Amino acid sequence: MFNGLASPRFSKGRRWPRRPALTRRFLSLLLVFALPLPQGARAAEDAWVEQRQEMLAAIRDMAATTPLDTGGEAMSESVMAVMGRVPRHEFVPERMKPLAYLNRPLPIGHGQTISQPYIVALMTDLLDVDAEDVVLEVGTGSGYQAAVLGELVRKVYTVEVIAPLGEQAAGRLARLKYDNIESRVADGYYGWEEHAPFDGIMVTAAAGHVPPPLIRQLKRGGRMLIPVGGRFLTQYLMIVEKDEQGAVTTSQVLPVRFVPLTGEH
Amino acid sequence: MTVEAVAGSPSGARAASPPYVAIAVISAAALAYEVLLIRLFSIVQWHHFAHMVISLALLGYGASGAFLALSAEVLQRRFVTVFAVNALLFGVTAVTSFLLVQVLPFNPLELLWDPAQPMWLALVYLVLAVPFFFAANCLGLSFYSFSKLIPRAYGYDLIGAGLGSLGVIALLYVLKPGQLLMVIGASGAVAAALLTAGGSVRRRRAVVGAASVSILVLAGLAGRGVSLQPSPYKGLSHALRVGGSELVEEKSSPLGLLSVVRSPLVPYRHAPGLSLNSTIEPPAQLGVFTDAEALSVITRFDGDISRLAYLGDLTSALPYQILNRPRVLVLGAGGGADVLQGIYHGAGEIDAVEVNPQMVALVRDDYGEYAGRLYDRQEVRVFAQEARGFVAGSERGYDLIQVALLDSFGASSAGLYALSESYLYTVEALQEYVSRLRPGGLLAITRWVKLPPRDGLKLFATAAAALRLSGVEDPERRLAWVRGWSTSTVLVSNGEFSPQAVAAVRQFCTERAFDLVYVPGIRPGEANRRNVLAKPLFFLGAQAVLEHAPAEFLDSYKFDIRPATDDRPYYFNFFRWSSLPELLDLRQQGGMALLDSGYLVLVVTLLQAVAASALLILLPVWIRSRRRISSVPAGTKWRVFFYFMAIGLAFLFVEIAFIQRFVLFLSHPVYAVSVVLAGFLIFAGLGSRYAQREGRSGAWRGLLLAAVTGIAGISLIYLLALAPGLDALMSWHDLPKIMVTLMLIAPLAFLMGLPFPLALTALGDRARDLIPWAWAVNGCASVLAAVLATLLAIQLGFTFVVLSAIVLYAFAAWVVGHSFTDREASIG
Repeated sequence: MFNGLASPRFSKGRRWPRRPALTRRFLSLLLVFALPLPQGARAAEDAWVEQRQEMLAAIRDMAATTPLDTGGEAMSESVMAVMGRVPRHEFVPERMKPLAYLNRPLPIGHGQTISQPYIVALMTDLLDVDAEDVVLEVGTGSGYQAAVLGELVRKVYTVEVIAPLGEQAAGRLARLKYDNIESRVADGYYGWEEHAPFDGIMVTAAAGHVPPPLIRQLKRGGRMLIPVGGRFLTQYLMIVEKDEQGAVTTSQVLPVRFVPLTGEH
Repeated sequence: MTVEAVAGSPSGARAASPPYVAIAVISAAALAYEVLLIRLFSIVQWHHFAHMVISLALLGYGASGAFLALSAEVLQRRFVTVFAVNALLFGVTAVTSFLLVQVLPFNPLELLWDPAQPMWLALVYLVLAVPFFFAANCLGLSFYSFSKLIPRAYGYDLIGAGLGSLGVIALLYVLKPGQLLMVIGASGAVAAALLTAGGSVRRRRAVVGAASVSILVLAGLAGRGVSLQPSPYKGLSHALRVGGSELVEEKSSPLGLLSVVRSPLVPYRHAPGLSLNSTIEPPAQLGVFTDAEALSVITRFDGDISRLAYLGDLTSALPYQILNRPRVLVLGAGGGADVLQGIYHGAGEIDAVEVNPQMVALVRDDYGEYAGRLYDRQEVRVFAQEARGFVAGSERGYDLIQVALLDSFGASSAGLYALSESYLYTVEALQEYVSRLRPGGLLAITRWVKLPPRDGLKLFATAAAALRLSGVEDPERRLAWVRGWSTSTVLVSNGEFSPQAVAAVRQFCTERAFDLVYVPGIRPGEANRRNVLAKPLFFLGAQAVLEHAPAEFLDSYKFDIRPATDDRPYYFNFFRWSSLPELLDLRQQGGMALLDSGYLVLVVTLLQAVAASALLILLPVWIRSRRRISSVPAGTKWRVFFYFMAIGLAFLFVEIAFIQRFVLFLSHPVYAVSVVLAGFLIFAGLGSRYAQREGRSGAWRGLLLAAVTGIAGISLIYLLALAPGLDALMSWHDLPKIMVTLMLIAPLAFLMGLPFPLALTALGDRARDLIPWAWAVNGCASVLAAVLATLLAIQLGFTFVVLSAIVLYAFAAWVVGHSFTDREASIG
């Protein structure tokens, strides 16, 4: 009875990182730490850029094997361009910096993590924002996701409930001159009423249910994105959509191509 | 006894008989430590890693065997001192090892990502193996030094362990886990003091002095106990990081550590699976965490029913759309949310069952006012009992049996329960629930939604199987299933759904933006409309389960969604070998989230244990053969190896499998295990003492064969007759049930106590050098057995585990059937 369903294809995506890339990364790390400032500053910056390019390659590889069930064929170029610009190493604790551009989540203290770059790109892509949009983020964390959104939209409002995290992220975003991002330490349940409605809402703090105020603050035709799962692994992404009539539907997307039915009969 | 014992040797160092009481104390403490570590790890980490770490730490026993194989000859000359020092070291390292492990940066959640994590994990093993190494040195050296008295000494070892398993549970009611750790630490010193009480004055002073100092230090620390630091990624840690939140109460028992947290600035608003159309904010709530995870809430209730309206917007509210003023049974009442839901919907009567009495006390007493005297209401009755036991023992019929959603999504989604047995969701359980329903009554079970579908689909398949087994020919007319984006609820009806009921389900879904997965007469276009998956996997799965050949579908699904049974009670395990390559390939993208890693953790544990065992068993043999000390022929070594490996595995297989059977019967997760375990150990200990009297001279082999035949016979009878027999007694009271359990265990365990000491004594007569080695082999076998039994039970069920044990016992008997050592063949 499962004829016509997708068959079980083992997606043989290219693995990453490749060994030469690793070597290159190692060398660039050496550059970062070995060269004296100020001549070294330039080289260090170059090294980060190079690492960022490798991270992009890794994201592309993964995206190529993952169908984005919700529309887009591949990761949008504008998202990829932003991922290539935002200095991720500025958003992780000092001792994590050498690992900042690996395609993996990293602990940032306070029991929180900075998401895997691939997941950040995927979520940003799925939120499907325009340059004129106003976006709310619930759960600032390191501030990285806000920074990525900040490069894509007109204004980002971001709320964090854990005070030290929120304050740290605010300072970081100000230092990096993300002037279109406004942050505050508050209970994310109520969103940010004064600036509602929002074209898009990103809820990065896990919750058993979607706070009704957030749904209220979502513009008609807008999208909300919620990653569901643990702090180091995302189970699936939930997209909440509000249509022009105000009706709310959701769709659930796995970050991997995986069909549980073998469909051979 | 120690006075003469020590005086017996000219140097005062060599005793005439083993220090029986000290042996029992060390065994009791080591077993208590094992149980306590599981508790401690469940709090600071997650419990399946607890099992992994502890089973490997037990390799300390194997390591001790290897160590003694090389040094016992020298050490036995200073037996008393060596025993006392090892006992003291056990006590001290029991405490310090845990403290050290707590500061190691091991984070199981990062195992996939961080290449340093496996190294930290290895260090955790190593550190925790140390106390077990010292404890095993005490025991192994005793066996070696008093080879004629092994059965008696082994008997004390087993009886001590049995008492330890009872004692630790009793103490966990009075002491917090951190305090109990200190008590175990002190018991090492107690054993040392006991041993030297009658020795020469100088040694006595020295050792008693050292012992009292360590007792004093540990007792001083015990006032506060060791402070536990849960992983920063656990729910409790996160809750306490939120501004304004505070820990207002802690209650501890063997059932778990309950932490009550108040968070006035950022309220909990716990309403899992709340409809997206809901606009109501829940009232204030207190968070109750069990073992720093699994949030349940006590909701502030001022008698104003309208404030509870959000409880009508959960998928679990579905049965109330069909039933009018039902008599409800809530299984797993937790903080009382499902009871409130019943009150909100005007239930006529509500019986609430909660396994943890301390949880009941929180809602009824400590925060009774806050909870609006929920449990004192006229229509509500509360029972502090285990769910299956309550249902089996109750004669009442219900209109609705509501199985609550108590485990947290986080832990559930990380596959952290994969290895825990659960008798709540088995085919037999569902049959029992349905049999308690009045005509037209409903069983409602709510689970988290996982993608791709796992939990829910397995539950639906279990429900269909339960109905079929109960003789229902058309299960498709008695099932309904709805889902939101995060929870799903399956209904099983005792009778066919009426058209009105089906219409009510449809309306419920429409109003709350939930999806129909299945109702009688569902059309394909009705499913997967509001919470959309790329493919309507839930709908297709439900259809397949109800079709003519569900087995084919279950077999071809990439997750293990075969219904769980009482023989294979692993509802939370979805792992299938066939999907492993594909998921590993996808691991960087999140494939690991689909892997339900619990099973894999177990496989890795087994591989590590095999490797470590091989090293520990082979190393001493290799070293000794290089030094050409050993005069024992190779054939004997192999026989000893196979014999002790086989009986080591078999003993634990039987024990573990029957513990499961009796846990279900005694229906209490904690006492049951300790009573059954104590029963096995104590009766085996008595068997071992019997072996001391009867197993002398050449008679040992005949006794051994009789024992093995007896074990096989009783096991087979129990396999066939135990389940139906125990079912008939399920409604009895606790005490007679415990008596019956112990009476059933007694003959089996008594016989199981014979093979190890009989053979060890025979070795003592003929190849004493091999005693420590046999001890190492047996220690390693126990570690392998614990892991292997679970792996086999998950795949094939506990019946298979018992059958394997019978085969292993038979094999052991065959190994020694003709001759145990080459020389012995000619002796007799």
